[in-house]
Amino acid sequence: MLVKTSSDGIKDLLSRYGDSLLADTRPGFGGYFIKTEQLVPFCRSLRDEAGYDYLSSVTGVDNFPEDQMEVVYHFYKTIGGPAFVLKVQASRHETVIPSLTPLYPGVEFQECEAWDLLGIRFEGHPDLRRILMWEGFEGFPLRKDWREPFFEDENKPFKSRWPDGHVLRTEEENPYKNNVQYPAAFDPDQWIPAGDAALYEGLLSLTKEGQSDFKTDHIVVNLGPQHPSTHGVFRMVVALEGETVLSLKPVMGYLHRNHEKIGERNTFVQNMPFTDRLDYISSMSNNFGYALAVEKLMDVHPPERAEYIRVIMAELTRFLSHIFSIGFLLNDLGAFFTPALYAIEERELILDIFEAASGSRMMCNYFRFGGVVRDLPDGVLGKIKDLVIDRLPRKLDEFERYLTKNDIVRVRCEGVGVLKIEEAIGLSAAGPVLRASGVPYDVRKADPYSIYDRFDFDVAYGLHGDIYDRYLVRVEEMRQSLRILKQALRDIPGGAVMNGKPQYQVRVPAGEAYGRVEGPKGELGFYVISNGKPNPWRYHVRAPSFINLTSLSTMAKNQKIADVVALLGSIDIVLGEVDR
Amino acid sequence: MDEELNNPKYEIPPEIQHQVAITTVDKIYNWSRRNSLWPMMFGLACCAVEMIGAAASRYDFSRFGMEVMRASPRQADVMIVSGTVTKKMIPTIVRLYNQMGEPKYVVAMGVCASSGGPFKEGYSVVPGVDRFIPVDVYIPGCPPTPQALLYGLMALQEKIDQQSIQTVRWYKKGDSSPIPIPVLGPDLMDPRDFDLIKRRAQENLQMEEQVSPTNIEEADSHVG
Ligand code: SF4
Repeated sequence: MLVKTSSDGIKDLLSRYGDSLLADTRPGFGGYFIKTEQLVPFCRSLRDEAGYDYLSSVTGVDNFPEDQMEVVYHFYKTIGGPAFVLKVQASRHETVIPSLTPLYPGVEFQECEAWDLLGIRFEGHPDLRRILMWEGFEGFPLRKDWREPFFEDENKPFKSRWPDGHVLRTEEENPYKNNVQYPAAFDPDQWIPAGDAALYEGLLSLTKEGQSDFKTDHIVVNLGPQHPSTHGVFRMVVALEGETVLSLKPVMGYLHRNHEKIGERNTFVQNMPFTDRLDYISSMSNNFGYALAVEKLMDVHPPERAEYIRVIMAELTRFLSHIFSIGFLLNDLGAFFTPALYAIEERELILDIFEAASGSRMMCNYFRFGGVVRDLPDGVLGKIKDLVIDRLPRKLDEFERYLTKNDIVRVRCEGVGVLKIEEAIGLSAAGPVLRASGVPYDVRKADPYSIYDRFDFDVAYGLHGDIYDRYLVRVEEMRQSLRILKQALRDIPGGAVMNGKPQYQVRVPAGEAYGRVEGPKGELGFYVISNGKPNPWRYHVRAPSFINLTSLSTMAKNQKIADVVALLGSIDIVLGEVDR
Repeated sequence: MDEELNNPKYEIPPEIQHQVAITTVDKIYNWSRRNSLWPMMFGLACCAVEMIGAAASRYDFSRFGMEVMRASPRQADVMIVSGTVTKKMIPTIVRLYNQMGEPKYVVAMGVCASSGGPFKEGYSVVPGVDRFIPVDVYIPGCPPTPQALLYGLMALQEKIDQQSIQTVRWYKKGDSSPIPIPVLGPDLMDPRDFDLIKRRAQENLQMEEQVSPTNIEEADSHVG
C-alpha cells in the first residue's frame, strides 16, 4: 500500500507506543524491542501510518545460553530509505510469537523457516509446517545447543588435520555409519513417515474456498522434485480442476545444505566461498552482499578501484543471470533449448572474464572485506570493454528481435500470472518480480550502497505484473547494466584494490549489521551478528528466490497448469538460494 | 567401423574384405553402448549448471555420444549426480536409480556428490551418494569444469570398453533386486541398517538411564 507519510510519522508512533517499546542499546546494535502482545497492533500502525509497507526479512536469533529467543524484523518503505528494525523476544522453552501473516503475507515462508530451524512457533500462521527439513525430523538444527552428526568442535578453524604425521578424517572421529542420531529406544520398524498428509490437507482446504454448488473432483498433481521444468530439485503440488489450478503449494528443502549452521561455525572469511554457492548463477553479487554486511560491522571501506571493480563484476553478473533466465524461460515456454543455447554462449564469454579475475568460472570467491582479493590481470579491462561496447548490446538486440515481438511469446506471456501492485508489496516480492508489478523499487536507488549513487541509470519497471512484463523488465535491466558498465569502465581509477594487508582472521567488533544488495533475483540481504569472536554468532540470508516463491501460489491461482511452468521460469529461482 | 573394432583373427578372402567385418560380441556390444550414453536430465545443485554448460555449444558433449539428455529415467543410461545430495532428496534419487533400465551407470560429479564436499559437516547432507547407490566414476572439483566432466564421461567409456557380457551385473542370475529406498525418520534411515539403528537406540536408552542427574543436561544437549 502506498501511503503518503510525513517524516515524523514514525516519531508519533514511537511516542504512542512508548510503554511497550524499548530501544536496543547494546553497543553495535540498533532498533527497538517490542512487547509480544503489542507486536501486531504496532506493525499495523507501522504499515498504515508510518508507511513501512515492505517487510523485507524475518530472522530468528537464539541467544543461548540465556533463555531467550529473538525475532528480528527489517521493515522498509517502498519509496526508499533506511530500515526500521524491530525485535521481539520470547523464552526458548515456550517460544510463541504472534504471526505477522495477516499484515504482511510475505512472511509466510520465512516464519515457517524460523519454526523449522529454530522452533519458534508463530501463532495465527495459516500453515506452519516444516519447510526445509521434513515433517518428523528430530530437533531444531539452528539452535545453538543442537549438534549435528559430524560435530567436531564448536568453532573453526579446527585443530590440525595432520596431527602426528598422518591425516585425521572426520569419519574416523565419528565412525558410525552415515553418522546419524536417533532418539533413545527408537524403533525403526514402528516408524510411520509423516509423508505429505499435512501438505495435501492444507492444499485441499484452500480449494474449498468459494466453491460453487457444482461438485467436481479435484486432482492433486505433483511436479517435481525431479522434473525437467522445475529448475532443479523443487516441487510444486497443485490441486487441479480440469486444467485449471485451484491452489498450489511449493515444497522445498531438497537442496537444504545447512548454509547458516555451517556459516555460524566458520570464521568470517571462510563464509565468503559459501556465499558463492547460494545463488550459484551470480556468485559475484552474493559476495558483494556479504562483504557489505561485514564491512559495516568492521567499519572499513574499500579503495576506489576496488569499488569500481565490484560494480563491474556485479553488473556483469546481473547481465549473465538475466540472459540465462530468459533463455530458460523460453525453455519453459516450449522453445526447447535453442534460446538457452544462445544465452549460454554469452554466459561463457562473461565467465571467461570471471575466470581471469578470480581463477574460477562459477564460484568466484573474489570479494574480501575492504576490497577484492586481487587486481584484474592485464588485458581483462580491454576484454570487458569489447564485450560491453560491442558484443553484448548486439546480442541483446538479436535476442529482442527474436523474442520481444514474437507472437507466441506474447500470447503465452501477456496477462498470465498477474501479480497486482499491492499483492507484490505485501508478499515481499523483490527484484524484477516486484518491479514488473509497478513498484520502481531498486536497492541501488532506494538505499544506495557502494558507489551506485555516482552512476546514471534508470530503474526498469513494468505496469501489468505479468510474465511478459517480467521479461521486459529483465531486458531493460540488462541495458541499464550495460549503461552502468560503460560509465564504470570510463571512470575506473588505478591504485590498490585492498585496504591494508589481506588477513585470514579478521577482527570484527561486536554488533549487528544488515547488508543488502540488489542482486539479479532481488534484494539479497545478509544479517550478521558478531559477538567479537572469530565466528559470526548469527548469520542469516534474506534469499530473494525463497521469498519470491511466496507469491507463486497467488500468481498461479486460476491459471492453466501449463502456464505454471512458465510462471516459475518468470520468477527465476535458483535452488541453492531457495533452500540454502 | 573403426580399425580397432574390426580385428579379426581370421583370414578374410580378398574379394570380401571391406565388406565383411569380424569381431567379438563383447567388442561390438561395448562399442555401441559406449557411443550412445544418454545422460538423465537431472540437476541437483550448482554442478548442474556446469553440466548444462558442458551440453551447450562451446563444449558440446554430444560429440562423444552423450547425444540427448532424457528427463525420464527409463530412457537414460547414465545418471550424472550433479550436486549436493541431501537427506530429503536421497529417497528420490534411489528411486530414480531403481527405475533406470540396465545397463546403467552413475557418475558422481563434483565433491558434493562424491563425499559431501563443502557441506559435508551439515546435518541434512548425505556424505556422498555412494553411501546408497554404486558409483562408476568420481569427478573432483567444485564445480568440475565442463572439460573435467567430459573427461569423466570418457573415463566411463573406457570403463565400458573393459566390460564383458559374461561378467556384467545385469546378465547374472538373481542379482537384480532394487536398492531399498531410504526412509525419512527422525533422521535418515537406510532400511538395510534397521538392526544397527535399533541397537544404537537401545544403547542411548541405557546411557540415559545410567547418567547421574548432574550429567543429564549434558546428555540432553547432545541428543538435541
Ligand atoms: S561440488 Fe561445489 S559446485 Fe558442485 S554442487 Fe557441490 S558445492 Fe556446488
